Amino acid sequence: MRNFISECARTIPPSGIRKFFDLALTMEDVISLGVGEPDFRTPWNICESSIYSIEQGITSYTPNKGLPVLREVLSNYLKQHYGLTYNADDEIIITSGVSEALDIAIRAIVDPGDEVIIAQPSYVSYAPCVTLAGGKPVPVECTESDKFRLNPDALQEKITPKTKALMINFPNNPTGAVMNRKDLEAIADIVTDNDLLLVTDEVYAELTYEGSHIAAATVGDLWERTITLNGFSKAYAMTGWRVGYLCAPKDLCETILKIHQYVMLCAPVMGQVGALEALRSAEEDKNNMVNEYRLRRNMFVAGLNRIGLSTHIPEGAFYAFPTVKGTGLSDTEFAERLLKEQRVAVVPGSVFGVGGESHLRCAYAVSRKQLNEALARMEMLLNSL
Amino acid sequence: MDEKDHEILRILEDNSRLSAQEIGMMTCLTAVETEARIHALETAGVIRKYTAVINWELAGNGEVSSIIELKVSPERDYGYDRIAERLSRFRQVKSLRLMTGTYDLQLLVTGRNMQEVSRFVSEHVAPMDRIRETATHIIMKSYKENGNILFEQQEAERLPYSF
Repeated sequence: MRNFISECARTIPPSGIRKFFDLALTMEDVISLGVGEPDFRTPWNICESSIYSIEQGITSYTPNKGLPVLREVLSNYLKQHYGLTYNADDEIIITSGVSEALDIAIRAIVDPGDEVIIAQPSYVSYAPCVTLAGGKPVPVECTESDKFRLNPDALQEKITPKTKALMINFPNNPTGAVMNRKDLEAIADIVTDNDLLLVTDEVYAELTYEGSHIAAATVGDLWERTITLNGFSKAYAMTGWRVGYLCAPKDLCETILKIHQYVMLCAPVMGQVGALEALRSAEEDKNNMVNEYRLRRNMFVAGLNRIGLSTHIPEGAFYAFPTVKGTGLSDTEFAERLLKEQRVAVVPGSVFGVGGESHLRCAYAVSRKQLNEALARMEMLLNSL
Repeated sequence: MDEKDHEILRILEDNSRLSAQEIGMMTCLTAVETEARIHALETAGVIRKYTAVINWELAGNGEVSSIIELKVSPERDYGYDRIAERLSRFRQVKSLRLMTGTYDLQLLVTGRNMQEVSRFVSEHVAPMDRIRETATHIIMKSYKENGNILFEQQEAERLPYSF
């Protein structure tokens, strides 16, 4: 029989280090700081409105772009909260999570051979999405000395005549880094001067702990050359609902919509109904969750530094990114021993690309009690080294 | 009172058994600073008491709780205050609130059994001057108290890893 697997699919690396994670599944009493999702339940009013809509028989396709009322409310929300101006009619597409939004955005802009610069450490799907679209992912490292922000000089160095776009994610998974307006202005100049497109994944926007989130498209002249991705998963504890959205200037949006039509048709209607309720009346639930993450962050990061795992203060998202330099172990070795010997699961930083090595991604989206227990167990491992 | 005080209050409201050091770690204060702030909040009467939310049904003490609605004729110069203060002094009255709507005062009253509650209402509350009408509702089962759900909830299975 022929090998039916495409060359392209073959070359994509498997996600993370699956074997090691499967081990965690078989163990008991594991504290997992490995999950990139809120530990809260979806606020009940969101669930309730979705349940009610199903009871009312609202179970069919929606327009490709998403429910008009959802786009309308979202458009206002983006304007009010971030100063982002996207027209509800032709500049917003509701997607099945940011994952789909990312995929269709990249497919719409990448020709074979195009280079897409990806600020790393980054979420694991960015590079494979570029590869699947026939492009070439080019990582640019965000270093700890820059507080894991994207350094303009480092970016400039990676630009070639083939560079088409820059892909960023702030607040960042896995580092928790945030770019302020000044940082983004420096990047905006380079993107504009080199006539690049910016794809910005801002799914952690609401989880910004110091000051307020700066949407990249509001900086300089970036709006006309930016695709903004965001979603409901992280802020409203709605990971399983699969609702995200993509915003872009009309012409770009029209093209991306073609791909969305063919590959997804529309985001699930019950998810869209829930998302609408989230925007309309889950502000307080969201704020309570964000507040709790902030307390956990302060406590957990202080704890990591106390036990000797040096950690910068993450200004957003719900990840701490301590370094294991000085322990004599690599990030993978440390994570493996931590799991096997102390039953704490974290993700080795090298999974997230350049700049991630020698770090651990610890999601603090677990209870304070579990965080304290995890810290105690991590300290035991450190003492045994 | 500043944002840090509010943060401390929210933390304590959720769990008042945390140490000043633990609270300090969450709010980026030293244990000494936290202690001082909590002390100030106690002195100012903002923090009234530290207590526990107990599922008495599980504890099995068999106590009966009831909501009592009172229609009251207000007094010139004092409104509802004097009668409300008087009612508040009863040990049996756990909460007392002035309400809008069809009645005026709402009481949460507990007793060892139904007879005790009923005797309290008929002998102490109903005969009071200015009380025009009472309605007693026995609480059959409590599902949520002070923001805390009392019934068992199924834990959703989470993936150990996601990126």
